[in-house]
Amino acid sequence: MFKHLKQLTSLVAMIAVVFAFTTEAMAKKSKTLKNTQKKGFVRCGVSQGLPGFSNADASGNWTGIDVDVCRAVAAAVLGDANKVKFTPLSAKERFTALTSGEIDILSRNTTWTLSRDADIGLTFVGVNFYDGQGFMVRKSSGITSTSQFKDGISACTNIGTTTELNMRDFFNSKGIKYEPVAFEKADEVVAAYDAGRCDTYTTDKSGLAAQRTKMKNPNEHIVLPETISKEPLGPVVRQGDAVWEDIVRWSLNTMIEAEEYGITSANADSMKTSDNPAIKRLVGAEGEMGAAFGLDNEWNLRIIKQVGNYGESYKRNIADTGILPDRGPNQLWTKGGILYVPPAR
Amino acid sequence: MNNKIKKLIPQILTILFVVLIFGFFTMNAQVNMDNRGIDFGFGFLSQEASFDMQFTLLDYDGQDSYAWAYVVALLNTLLVSFLGIIFCTILGVIIGVARLSQNFLIRNSAAWYVEFFRNIPLLLQIFFWYYAALRALPLPETAEPWFGVTYMTIKGYYIPSMIWENLNVFLSCLIAAIVSIIFIRIYARKLQEREGKQLPVIYISIGLLIILPLLSFLIGGVKLDFELPVLKQLAQTSFIFEGGIALPPELIALVVALSLYTSTFVAECVRAGIQGISKGQKEAAASVGLNPNQILKLVIMPQALRIIIPPTTNQYLNLTKNSSLAAAIAYPDLVLVFAGTALMQTGKAIEIVGITMLTYLTISLSIAALMNWYNKRIEIKEK
Repeated sequence: MFKHLKQLTSLVAMIAVVFAFTTEAMAKKSKTLKNTQKKGFVRCGVSQGLPGFSNADASGNWTGIDVDVCRAVAAAVLGDANKVKFTPLSAKERFTALTSGEIDILSRNTTWTLSRDADIGLTFVGVNFYDGQGFMVRKSSGITSTSQFKDGISACTNIGTTTELNMRDFFNSKGIKYEPVAFEKADEVVAAYDAGRCDTYTTDKSGLAAQRTKMKNPNEHIVLPETISKEPLGPVVRQGDAVWEDIVRWSLNTMIEAEEYGITSANADSMKTSDNPAIKRLVGAEGEMGAAFGLDNEWNLRIIKQVGNYGESYKRNIADTGILPDRGPNQLWTKGGILYVPPAR
Repeated sequence: MNNKIKKLIPQILTILFVVLIFGFFTMNAQVNMDNRGIDFGFGFLSQEASFDMQFTLLDYDGQDSYAWAYVVALLNTLLVSFLGIIFCTILGVIIGVARLSQNFLIRNSAAWYVEFFRNIPLLLQIFFWYYAALRALPLPETAEPWFGVTYMTIKGYYIPSMIWENLNVFLSCLIAAIVSIIFIRIYARKLQEREGKQLPVIYISIGLLIILPLLSFLIGGVKLDFELPVLKQLAQTSFIFEGGIALPPELIALVVALSLYTSTFVAECVRAGIQGISKGQKEAAASVGLNPNQILKLVIMPQALRIIIPPTTNQYLNLTKNSSLAAAIAYPDLVLVFAGTALMQTGKAIEIVGITMLTYLTISLSIAALMNWYNKRIEIKEK
């Protein structure tokens, strides 16, 4: 009997450990912020390379407007916009990575839809780019409108995207028979289209503009004028942590509202003495704007100083890189666009 | 009594431990799914799939359910596995026999083939065929016909399709031919056992297989027409072939890569099987006056098969499981469509991955069962 005592104790110890983990996992419910501060970096899921949105250069520095959302959160909760760990994800992997806890923010040109928001344990916190799905074709094909599409056309796209569903709705409503060719990685889609495997390449128009820069000869391709869907793209968090959700939402809102009030990374410090209370609130000089999140009062000032306002981010990442110089709907509501965020007060 | 308890306790504890581990994982998943508002259930299978597939064997439309999308995707997986198994067997047997050839050139080319294709990772080979070999093919408008009527292009391989009239008459003639061949074989065997006479069974069989279906054309009213692929212009520089059958390049790349890779292993099984038969068997057969063909057919092969079948079964299973690499090159198999698109659109990760795993398990076990049955049939019957 005593021979087995040793095995028995180790077994009991193992079971105890297992139970300890279970109860701990149940006790922690909304601790993303605490974990992030403990780790010292924000875990952010991005694309595998979409210029203007999230793209790594040769030395591994990530840039783009999706990247800036994560940097803003890092500036707010950790005080340093560079304390972000980026995880490149395919369209197929992204939601599982978020729900399984591998990342804490998904900022990966992801379309906000009802089923994604409600069904699969995700919460969309806002929109950082208003987009729509379009088609790209070779200039030499002479196609200038989707009305020239004919039966038998082959269309390359990504699997696991709203694009795949919109494409079907579009071709079905026009009564056109088409061949969908769906790859997992965006680079594979571009390569397939570029090689002539497909007649058209379809995704969000911003994506088309960005991916065109990667092609062998960008000038040989055009994006058709038609937009076949609404694609509001924005950051996503796991459902069940309301405080974290608010932090991400208001980090994005801060960037947009800062542009509205003309606060930039250059003048943010001097805005502390502004006469406008709305501006003072945005740079932490009035009110208690961080307490509700468990943050200090200058969290929003740090975002503006380190990352800049939305306009700066757009200019740096999308306009100056020649992807989409015209802001279109992604202009402030005061300037004819649809960017309109609730007030920070 | 004491002894009995001593023996029992570790076993009970082990079972308890396994149950606890599984309980922990289930509970953990449940707690976390509840926290994030994810429901568990298979209700999504009856919902509209609302995505299209590039290549299907049965009629499929985005309006069909996820369950039907699963069936259609599964058939695509089975198609690749089936084609792969057929080609790798044919190629494997040829290469395996060639490795034992007396001819220096044939023997060594076969050895090189085996070493080359066996030692390059399969995924890399799939990438090679798809991204390098098939991407280098011409566009439809510049493609030269192969064999006059088929076209190999970057968009796929276009072959003529057959249009039958009175197909059922033709098929019944074919079945009649096969049935009569079986009867003739039985009769021939009995004749040999009784009188020692041998009928030229092979010539009679081939003759029957040609004459009976041919008769159906002459008097049965069967007609066969071919629909040829025809070049169609979609836009100024954009063409496809219409009509006939289009085999997508994704399917071709996958079948080629899987067949070439697996055939090397089958070849080694075949070689091992033939070499496993002792020389004495062959010499003994020769000494009773059998010719080389008869030696191979009546003495060597029946024994060699017993050695060949079990390891070859493993290779068939490997090929089937490897077919899931299709996801890397956009061939709409079970993994790409069901564990990919459907998982993404529904968010039912646990359910869908579970179903997919069970499916592969079922396919593999069925192939294993079939091969075990065949193995039982040919193994030594001890009397």
